Formats: sequence, structure tokens, C-alpha cells
Amino acid sequence: MFKEVSEMSDNKSTENKSTIEKDNEEKRVGVFVCECGVNIGGVVNTKAVADYIGTLKGVKVTSVNKFTCSDSGQADIQAKIKEHNLNRVVVAACSPKTHEPTFRACIEEMGLNQYFLEFVNIRDHCSWIHMWEKEKATEKAKDLIRMGVERSKLLEPLQASEVPVTDKALVIGAGVAGMQSALDLADMGFQVYLVEKEPSIGGRMARFDKVFPTNDCSICILGPKMVEVARNKNIKIMSYSEVKAVEGYVGNFNVKVEHKPRYLDVVKCTGCAKCSEVCPVEVPYDFNEGLGTRKAIYVPFPQAVPLRAVLDKDNCINCKACAKACASGAINYDMQTSYTDLNVGVIIGAVGFKTYDPEPRHDYGYGLYDNIITAMEFERLLNAAGPTGGHVVRPSDCKEPIRVGFVNCVGSRDKNTNIYCSGVCCMVTIKNAQLLKEKRPETDQTIMYIDIRTPFRAYEESYNRSRNIGVKFLRGRPVEVKEDPVTKNIKVRVEDTLAGEIRNLEFDLLVLATGIVPNEGIGKIQQLLKLSKAADGLLMEAHPKLKPVDTTIDGVFLAGCASGPKDIPYAVSQGSACAGRATILLKNKKAITEGITAVVDTNICVGCEVCIPMCPFQAIKFDEKENKANVVKALCKGCGTCVAACPTGALEQSHFKNNQLLAQIKNVFRFQEVAA
Amino acid sequence: MSEGQAVASTKEECWLPNILAFACNWCSYAGADLAGVSRLQYPPTVKILRVMCSSRVEPAFILKALKDGADGVLIAGCHIGDCHYIDGNKNAEVRINNTKKALAKLGLDKRLRLEWISASEGLRFSEVIKDFTEEIKKLGENPVKHKIEPQIKADESRFNASANKSAANVQGSE
Repeated sequence: MFKEVSEMSDNKSTENKSTIEKDNEEKRVGVFVCECGVNIGGVVNTKAVADYIGTLKGVKVTSVNKFTCSDSGQADIQAKIKEHNLNRVVVAACSPKTHEPTFRACIEEMGLNQYFLEFVNIRDHCSWIHMWEKEKATEKAKDLIRMGVERSKLLEPLQASEVPVTDKALVIGAGVAGMQSALDLADMGFQVYLVEKEPSIGGRMARFDKVFPTNDCSICILGPKMVEVARNKNIKIMSYSEVKAVEGYVGNFNVKVEHKPRYLDVVKCTGCAKCSEVCPVEVPYDFNEGLGTRKAIYVPFPQAVPLRAVLDKDNCINCKACAKACASGAINYDMQTSYTDLNVGVIIGAVGFKTYDPEPRHDYGYGLYDNIITAMEFERLLNAAGPTGGHVVRPSDCKEPIRVGFVNCVGSRDKNTNIYCSGVCCMVTIKNAQLLKEKRPETDQTIMYIDIRTPFRAYEESYNRSRNIGVKFLRGRPVEVKEDPVTKNIKVRVEDTLAGEIRNLEFDLLVLATGIVPNEGIGKIQQLLKLSKAADGLLMEAHPKLKPVDTTIDGVFLAGCASGPKDIPYAVSQGSACAGRATILLKNKKAITEGITAVVDTNICVGCEVCIPMCPFQAIKFDEKENKANVVKALCKGCGTCVAACPTGALEQSHFKNNQLLAQIKNVFRFQEVAA
Repeated sequence: MSEGQAVASTKEECWLPNILAFACNWCSYAGADLAGVSRLQYPPTVKILRVMCSSRVEPAFILKALKDGADGVLIAGCHIGDCHYIDGNKNAEVRINNTKKALAKLGLDKRLRLEWISASEGLRFSEVIKDFTEEIKKLGENPVKHKIEPQIKADESRFNASANKSAANVQGSE
């Protein structure tokens, strides 16, 4: 397959040569300075900059626009190209990371090779960071543009290349976001591999009791979706599996998936749970947030998909009772870890979240006092399938509490933990208080909050409803939480900031609304997929507003809480959005990749092979016959590592050639003026 | 605003170093963009040159920059393990450390810095520039930059004559 690709790209490179040969004419540069409203124009004296740049050799025309990226700005570029027969265009504006494609397309329409554009960043790297030093910023802008002008004269035409896209997708994480991606892609007719590290798909939503603002039963709406995923013939669920290695690039990712042994044959197992009935081992039940117990061999939860048991070997005592109880003979104690190699065109990361753990810091006394639990634990207690059959009881004496306190923003909006707002906890608390009130009207709920945030449809209504049914809201963060040693009640000292007084309250149970934090293993996924991680530990999208599900890696998309706290509708929307974005690649069956690659000058190459081990993509092959290095263009990602390593200068990185970079370096320091 | 102006006017008299920063396209360039978007003010001492990967930076570029007038050279790339090209930054680390050793013999090693700055570390980018600027200020002007002007001119003629192979030439002339 690689051979075909390399042949294809070789054809392209011959095309390149012919265009390069034509390009010996005089360089006529047009420089377009953008004011970006006042973003640049308010700091940098754009007219002075343009006047100076106009004096540089080869610059035929300069132009200042209010918004170069606007229709009129682009029309100006195109008109000037025509009028002055320009063959190089320098745009001094914002960041090439966001606007380079715009201007490349703009000059390409005028018949110029798109790589004849040089983009200079005088906003993010100049006006915005030197807002109070206008003169210096103006001088810096001149320097930056001069660097760009000199480089532009040396730019060479390149051809963006196409790579074929395997029309299969990998979705990592089978929570509600990942399931939505998988379903949408499968419904569009693409093969989807859905990898989930837990024994069942469903993710966090499967653990919720009811979901706000409508308070419908979570598993009742999620369950059918899980079954739909399982039934879809285009989706291959790989539960209890993890992605171990990812190689390749957009259109052609080679992925290694590890299947953890369930110690039973999933074909034979019927999910009857006879095995767990006889299992003598009891361990805390993670699905119930550690409340209650499960057996060492167990079916994850009643609605699990796939509905198969799993043996937790760490806790198994090898009594073999389960093997005797299993009517279908599914148990296999010698099962080994197995692996599957996949080839996919796109990857969707929906790796989810976990809730903040208040145990290590003992936030509000959690872990020190029995009757303080988290909202997720409360959720499981409310659930009819939970450890108490839906009875909310307090841990110290298993009595049903009357006075229940809720503390918001635990592990959120706090300099000591996470500064961001987790977004959903206000609504989670409101919903939990409502549910308890409805279940047992005699109970009394007090929600202690900093701000109540109810930004989406029907959220504010839900908040109002909870006030109407008698849930109390107290604005203030508890300053002291103590336990009554006799009654085990929780005594809270809190400043009521609306009333302006200190209150001493006593609760039978205190519930902490713990925030959303990055899931375990997010770092591993980040490294496997080469994504960026933000300071808060969550994954970064390509653009926070305009590319919210794309990443900087072509062909890799993000859905759900992996890229920040989200509620269910938002996560589902992102799942669908990822599927839509991915379909563009899968349907077109090709991806356009940058024309930036390494190139060998075979006249200079001495065949020393220094470059070959440098390449992280094994793109340089050694031509034994000619004794030369040979770059396989389809594999080359254009990093330039080999170019810097080449001792003879035979290797060049197109668009970042030595002479192009040196022209910039030479022109950084106003060398020309000093020397003149 | 007034505070900012005050800072600017007191700095007016001070000598400001010239720093050239090579920033990788994926992390550090984006980090510098984020510093801009976040309006994190830092001294106008640095000019950023975009490369696809920190590993593209040849020792010759650094030497060329120091010769041509840089008081400091910064190479900024993705954190180890985060490289867009798997381990390009590890190659950069080896190269820059070796270049540093060579520069140490000329007493110029403190003028070269390698930093890992991710796309989300706008604050870190501005802090690094501030810190490096202060350090270079203490070191003073790059002592070699004016002494070698004739050499630069000679270099330049070669550079123009054989543009494509100029890197190899520069390397040879060091």
C-alpha cells in the first residue's frame, strides 16, 4: 500500500519540478498590513510600517486594510496581484494558525501557488503583547515584516498532496458522547470500532439515577441507546479493552488495541450471573461508587452491554465455584491478554471524565466523618438499583436523614483544587435535592452555593421549581465542618452572604457536589494521539470557538468531557459533531496534507545514512543501488529533523529551506540598515 | 493603562536585548499566540521565527543569529512526550545541548536557551521571555556581534551566491 502511495506522490513531485523551473522571474512582492480593527491599528502605526516596508527591495506595493481577511481586504489583495503582477504576497496580520488557509485560498484564486504566501504575525506576537509600548511595537512590526518579505522572495511553489483515507473509524470511550459518534458514523455506513476500557459501554451516564432538568431516569434513556449500539452491524464494540499504540497519520492510523482477559468466553456466557451468585468473595462495588459490594465474578450492572460477566482476577481466590455453577462452561481461568490491530482513517477521543476526589484533602471533612458523601454517592443511593434499593440513608447508622445539606463547588472554582467551573454541579445538586424532596417530603434540604449557574434550556425553570417545593438556598461556602461525636450529625458553620450573618447549621447528611476532573489515563491518550493538554489537565481542541471538536492533529477529534466539563446534551452534540467532521474525511476518501516535506538533493547526498534513524515516521528509505537517501513523500510529515541532521546539506525541508530560514535570521536585527 | 505607560517610560532609557526565538508550529508558536490572545504583556525583545518542529533548528542557525546580532537565542518546542512528530524535540534537546557546550567555550552558552512550552502555556511563554530578557540584560550585549561584521559581509556574498547550500557553508565557516 505504501508503495502505491509513494508512486502517486512521485508523480506529484515531477509536476513540482516543472513549476519550479518556470520560477526564475523577478520577485514582485505585495505587502498587506492588517489593522484588525484596533487590535493592531490601535497599537502599531500601520502607515509608518507600510511606508518603511515599501522601501525594501522587491516590494512593489504595500497596502493597509482595516480587516484584510474581510471580503474587501481579500479583494484588495487580488486587485493588487493583478495590477502589479505580484508573484509573492506577504500578509501581516494575526496568526497563520487561524488565517493562513484563508489567504492561501485567496492568492490561489489569482493563479498564484498557495505557498507563495508569507504570513507575518503582528497581532498575537506584537500589538497584543506590547499594548503600552506603541513605538517599540511599531518598530518590532517593521522587523517582523522585513523578515517575512525577505523570506517570501525565496519561497518556492509546492503542491499539497493527497493521502487516501481508510473509511473506518475508531471511537475511544463508549460513554454517551462516544456512543453517539459511533452510532452516527455507523448509520452513515462506516465501520466503527468502539473501544471501552470498562467491561460495559455506557460510561458515567449509566451510573446516574435521573438526569436534569427533566428528571428522567438516566438508564431508561441510555439503555436503549446502548442496545442500539450493540445491534448496529457497523459497530464493533471492544469492551474491557484499551488503545495501546497509535501510529500513522490522518487517513491511515494503525492502532493496537489490548483486550483485557475477562476469564470467560464471551460467546458462551449468557450473562445469567449464576457465577456471581456462588462466588464467595465480596469487594466494594465500583459501579456504586464503592458503596455496597459486588462479587469477584460479576455482571457490571443489570443493563450492561455486552451483558457478560467478568472475573476480577485480583480478588479471585481460585475456588472455582463459578466454573462449577456456569451451565454453559464459559469460564476460562487461563485466558490471556489479546491484541487486535486496526487500520482506521479517523479517531474520535471521547475519553470522558471522573469526579473530583475529596478524600486526599478531606474537603469539608470528607473521609474524616461518616455522614459526608459525594453527589455521585448520593446519586447511587437514590437509584432504585443502587446499594440501598433507592433509600437514601446516612452511612453512620443507615438511618434515613431528615436534614440534608448540599455543598456546591467542591473541587471547582477553588484556587486550591481546580479554578474552572465544572458547569453541571449546580444542576446536579438542584436535581438531587428535588428528587429527595419528592421521595420524602418531610426532608429538609439546604444548598450552600457560591453562585447558581443555570444557563441552558429549562435549567432555570428547574431551579425555580426546586425553590417552589421548598429547597432552601444559602449563598455561602462552609467555613467549618465538624461532627457531633455522639449523634454523628454534621455541624456546619457558614456565612450567609446575602443576609450578612454567620449561621450554625446541623445536618444529618452532607452531600458534596464534586466537580469534573480529567479521567485517569487521559495523559496516556494525549500522548498516543499527540494532543495538547491544557493547564487544567483537559485536552485541547484546535480552536475553542470555531473548531471545538477538531484537534491540531488531522483526523483526530474530541467529544465530551475530555475537552472540558459538559452536560449530557452538550456531550451528545459533540459526539454527533465529531461524526460529522469525521465523515468529511471518510466520505471523500482522501485528505489533503501539507506539501511541506523533506527533499533530497541526490547530487549532494553521499549516502551516509545519518538521516535514516532520525526520522520518527520511517519515511527515509535507503536506495542501495544509487547509494542515496530517498524520502517517501506520503510518509514524510515535514518536521525537518532529518534536514537539521544532514551533514552535507543534501536534505532540505520544503517551505522551510535553509536559505528561507537564514533570510529571516539575517533580517531580524536590522542588519541591512546597520551595514548600509 | 497609566501604570503600563509608566513602566514603558522608565524602560525607555534601558538597553533592550534582541532575542530570536525559534518556536515549533504545534506547541510553542501556539503558546505565543495564546499569550497574545490573553494580552499577557512582555518586553518587545523577542522576534519569533516559526519552524515546524524544534528539531529543525540547526546549530548553524543559532551561530548565524549570534553573529548577526542576536543577544539571545531561544528554541521552544513541545514538552517531551508531546511532540507532534513523536520525538523530534528529543533530537532538538541533543542538538541544543551540544551547541551549548560549544558556545560555552566562547562564553556564549547562557545566551542560548531551550524551553518546552505547550500550546496552552501562554503564561509560561510570556514568563520565559521576561526571564530570558532579564538574564540577557544582566549579561549585556552579545560581545561578538559587532566584531564580525566584515565576516558577515563575506558570508552574505556566499549566501547569495549559493542560496541553497548556504547552511552548509555557514557550518563550514564557524
